[in-house]
Amino acid sequence: MEALYAITTGILTACGLYLTLRGRTFPVVVGLTLLSYAVNLFLFSMGGLTTHGAVIIDGARDYADPLPQALVLTAIVIGFAMTAFVVILAMRARSEMGNDHVDGKKDDHE
Amino acid sequence: MTQHLIILPIVLPLIAGILLLYKRLGRLSQTKRLISVVATVLLMLVSVALVKQAASGEVTYYALGSWQPPFGIVLVLDRLSALMVAVTSFLAVGAVVYSCAGDDEQGSNFHGLFQWQLMGINGAFLTGDLFNLFVFFEVLLLASYALLLHGGGKAKIQASVHYVVLNIAGSSLFLIAAGVLYGATGTLNMADMADRIANLPAEREGLVTAGALMLLVVFGLKAAMLPLYFWLPRTYGYAPAPVAALFAIMTKIGIYAILRVYMLLFSEQAGALAALEQPWVWWLALATLVVAGMGVLAARDLRLLVAYLILISVGTLLAGVGMRTPEAVSALLYYLIHTTLVTGGLFLLAAMIGTQRGKAGTRLVKGRPMAEGGGLALLFFVGAVAVAGLPPLSGALGKALLLNAADGSERLWLWPLLLLAGLTSLVALSRAGSTMFWASHRGSPIGEVLPRAQWFGVTWLVALAPILLVVFAGPVGDYTQATAEQLANPEALIRTLLPATGDAP
Repeated sequence: MEALYAITTGILTACGLYLTLRGRTFPVVVGLTLLSYAVNLFLFSMGGLTTHGAVIIDGARDYADPLPQALVLTAIVIGFAMTAFVVILAMRARSEMGNDHVDGKKDDHE
Repeated sequence: MTQHLIILPIVLPLIAGILLLYKRLGRLSQTKRLISVVATVLLMLVSVALVKQAASGEVTYYALGSWQPPFGIVLVLDRLSALMVAVTSFLAVGAVVYSCAGDDEQGSNFHGLFQWQLMGINGAFLTGDLFNLFVFFEVLLLASYALLLHGGGKAKIQASVHYVVLNIAGSSLFLIAAGVLYGATGTLNMADMADRIANLPAEREGLVTAGALMLLVVFGLKAAMLPLYFWLPRTYGYAPAPVAALFAIMTKIGIYAILRVYMLLFSEQAGALAALEQPWVWWLALATLVVAGMGVLAARDLRLLVAYLILISVGTLLAGVGMRTPEAVSALLYYLIHTTLVTGGLFLLAAMIGTQRGKAGTRLVKGRPMAEGGGLALLFFVGAVAVAGLPPLSGALGKALLLNAADGSERLWLWPLLLLAGLTSLVALSRAGSTMFWASHRGSPIGEVLPRAQWFGVTWLVALAPILLVVFAGPVGDYTQATAEQLANPEALIRTLLPATGDAP
């Protein structure tokens, strides 16, 4: 399970990074979104991956770490707000600048 | 009441911001201005009370929801956090009064966002929890994104696309780093984490090192350390004046975070991991100084020039962090108070000069004489003397303290670079000043009478701050000295938060 989880997170991060480095705002926004997915997955696993743990401590010795869940929830909410903002910003930039290049250039040789 | 004082710097701007959301406060927004200014002045009074409380040397904490550390989130008040909150509020008073002269009407909701940014900044300074630090970073960043766009315009949108994308990527990295540190130590409370890093099993050292250095990248991005500073000049150059002035504290948040996290987590108790950030910070700080010194000379616009001056101050402060001795930390804190207030004021002054010069704006070209040139030139002169580090103002004192704190081979690197950076800023500032105020075309003076609120804001920051810092150099110096000693001995802070030693996790 760990290997699969690590590979998934790694691929998401790599795709996110690649897209973030592109020259147009749309891929950049998608890249940031992928990056935040990867981060959420990573955070979720940071207490260690276990299965069959009790959700609530009711005398059970083996229970799920509640902290990563709380943190992931916070990170998702914040990431969502940031993505919404960056989408609106990208649209504003497109309409003001007349193109969707992150540097606002008219002609780029991509 | 007094035990709730610690949370007031967060609650006060929050409530003020909510009140300011209410739309029907009058179209002329005089009520909004009143609320905003009153809230900021109250914040300043609270921060002075906090400094007084912290000056006794006792570390106090506020457990939110009465969840005791290490389980709940705590706000920690020690000398450093009290000092940073106080600097923020002094800067904010200048900026908010300045904005009341008309900058706040160029877009909607300026004052509300301003207050929320203050909330985020104060929260970041006060929190004692690594994840909570991330949350407050996001609060202040989101407010800063909106403030940066205040007033609209191509240049601002252009600058903020870079700023927003970079910071969101930085936030992702922050989360990864916090996750790694949690995975390795099993806690997010910084005092508890310091405790656990002190007795870390050897096989986890690599993980903690990776997490800690990733955090350094994040804080370096906020502080605008060398390879991560490219967003700064444009962002600061195009932001509306009061926002740019408030942003002067933003780079210091990165520096504060580096000081706080690394002095606490990786003190001498950390064994093999002690001071693991030091070589990185030290060499990158020197490189930042070099690049910023060249940038100052190359700037062809007054606001860009001030942005590069901020970069010089970042390099100077980081060099102090890199030395890591109590003397250096004390010197850098003194310099930090000075540079934050003065560079913030210089942004306001640059905007005033820009409006006064009309078409020429802040570009460093000849223009027509200014109607209020005398007053502006005087303030520019005081600001330039202060920021370039010439006696008798506080810049010289801060730099001298820092130069004095360096010893051995550090001296060999710091002295020439810091003095050369001072020289280049002096050259650039005198060139800018003489172009704008002396080498003007003939003709009738242009510009209208500038509002009194603007004069107040600029004088408060550019003239009052350096003079007061020199007059009261003794008490301020004692305070920063004590702060540095408190930082060098984090044991007291850890024991205050976690009184029961050796409790099971």
